[in-house]
Amino acid sequence: MNRTHVTCMINDDETEFLCDNDESLLDALRDEVGLTGAKEGCGTGDCGACSIILNGQLICACLAFAPEANGGTIETVEGMADGDRLHPLQTSFLEEASLQCGVCTPGFLMAAKALLENNPDPTETEVRYAIAGNLCRCTGYDKIVRAVLGAAAQMRKNPIEGARP
Amino acid sequence: MRYVRPGTVDEAVSLLNSEPESCVFAGATDLVPQMQGGRPEPKLMIDLKGIPRLVKVSYSNGQLVVGAATPVSIVKVDDNLKAAFPGLSESSGLIGSDQIQNRASLGGNLCTASPGADTIPSLMVNSARVVIASSGGTRTIPVSDVVTGPGSVSLKSNEFVVEFILDAPPKRTADAYLRFIPRTEMDIAVVGAAARLTLDDADCCTEALVAIGAAAPTVVRAPVAENALRGNPINDETLAEVMAAASAVCSPISDKRGTKEYRRQVAGVLAKRVVLQAAKRAKEKGGAV
Ligand SMILES: Cc1cc2nc3c(=O)[nH]c(=O)nc-3n(C[C@H](O)[C@H](O)[C@H](O)COP(=O)(O)OP(=O)(O)OC[C@H]3O[C@@H](n4cnc5c(N)ncnc54)[C@H](O)[C@@H]3O)c2cc1C
Ligand code: FES
Ligand code: FES
Repeated sequence: MNRTHVTCMINDDETEFLCDNDESLLDALRDEVGLTGAKEGCGTGDCGACSIILNGQLICACLAFAPEANGGTIETVEGMADGDRLHPLQTSFLEEASLQCGVCTPGFLMAAKALLENNPDPTETEVRYAIAGNLCRCTGYDKIVRAVLGAAAQMRKNPIEGARP
Repeated sequence: MRYVRPGTVDEAVSLLNSEPESCVFAGATDLVPQMQGGRPEPKLMIDLKGIPRLVKVSYSNGQLVVGAATPVSIVKVDDNLKAAFPGLSESSGLIGSDQIQNRASLGGNLCTASPGADTIPSLMVNSARVVIASSGGTRTIPVSDVVTGPGSVSLKSNEFVVEFILDAPPKRTADAYLRFIPRTEMDIAVVGAAARLTLDDADCCTEALVAIGAAAPTVVRAPVAENALRGNPINDETLAEVMAAASAVCSPISDKRGTKEYRRQVAGVLAKRVVLQAAKRAKEKGGAV
């Protein structure tokens, strides 16, 4: 099968990869690019473990075709920290113990990041709706909700230096 | 399989004609799960999201035009659409999660032709029309003529939906959509119900459209319920007739989401509630775009 050459920005780096046309964007990120943060929990859009931001929109990478990324911009969990400095959401997840096995965590972090970019001061209900597309079988969600609200408060006080708009 | 992203309707039409085993798509939120479930892989995948006309909401001459590939996350928050068609905004906002809504389109929701598709009842009660493109040019048909059965549509294999057209509603007219699911998010309708009512100055109903989803092989209109509403005030007597008629129009299946009897009963209850909601809105607002 002919492979397609895709050029895109991933976490601010210009990236090129070859993929099959029927390959999911999730498989391409994991297997062709080597970014294994996004996870496959279901492959059908139900669990959100594969959540990434494509062209500014939170999506399930398992439901997008890899060639769709050509010319686009992708953000994954690997791009959240600034070198050794964790993103406030990551710090907050650690402080609130919002993960056990951690398989769901990259997806929750991306969903939470997408939420806070549009709504820096969400209510608890708004947080719960924003993560409704992400499943966690370990934590029972409360700690995740607390971490997102905590990070939001932190970020309102202390906007991340040099944060991307 | 090849992947192409045409930039115009004409380009998409010629691509569709160049390969008999081709398939258009927008968000792929139905297509990918279907392919995993055994739907044969097409030879050519035509991504409609690169055509500007298909990914925008616009107004001209008292008409609202929604591109068939526009993500429902845009449809549900469009201010003009929300003001004129609050029920369509509601049904768009009920699809899946944020992740799904950033990809899912009205064109895909319609052409998947699921009995439980949330936006179809809303499109039907607003008498929405679809513009369909093929090598012969375009034709416009009512949304209600698209779905012919579960998973099947009247479009030919070389045709695709370009956009949806909705006329600005008359005064004191409003729609609403309600769906029943066992949880608050991320589930498929047990039953869905949409209504659109026009009231006169004495709050008597002059026009009514009611559609029920997930309770028959396709979304169905409830003409007996509509007749019960037309010419009458929205009182207990009228609502009792609406409930009975909405239940009677259903031919549901029993599955894990509910038995036939349960679905019939829920259809009646939802029809009553959605009529009350539409009537409340019609009283509150003028309704013109
Ligand atoms: C986790 C999850 C939750 C969901 N929840 C809901 C829900 O609550 N309610 C609901 O109604 N649906 C739900 N869905 C189903 C799906 O998201 C919707 O039906 C959506 O609107 C499909 O749009 P799409 O653009 O992704 O379609 P696609 O997958 O791109 O296309 C679907 C089908 O329509 C055809 N098609 C697409 N666009 C056109 C066009 N313009 N002209 C002709 N044919 C076309 C394609 O060839 C394909 O056969 C859910 C799906 C998932 C994965
Ligand atoms: S792996 Fe994509 S939603 Fe579960
Ligand atoms: S921490 Fe294990 S699934 Fe969420």
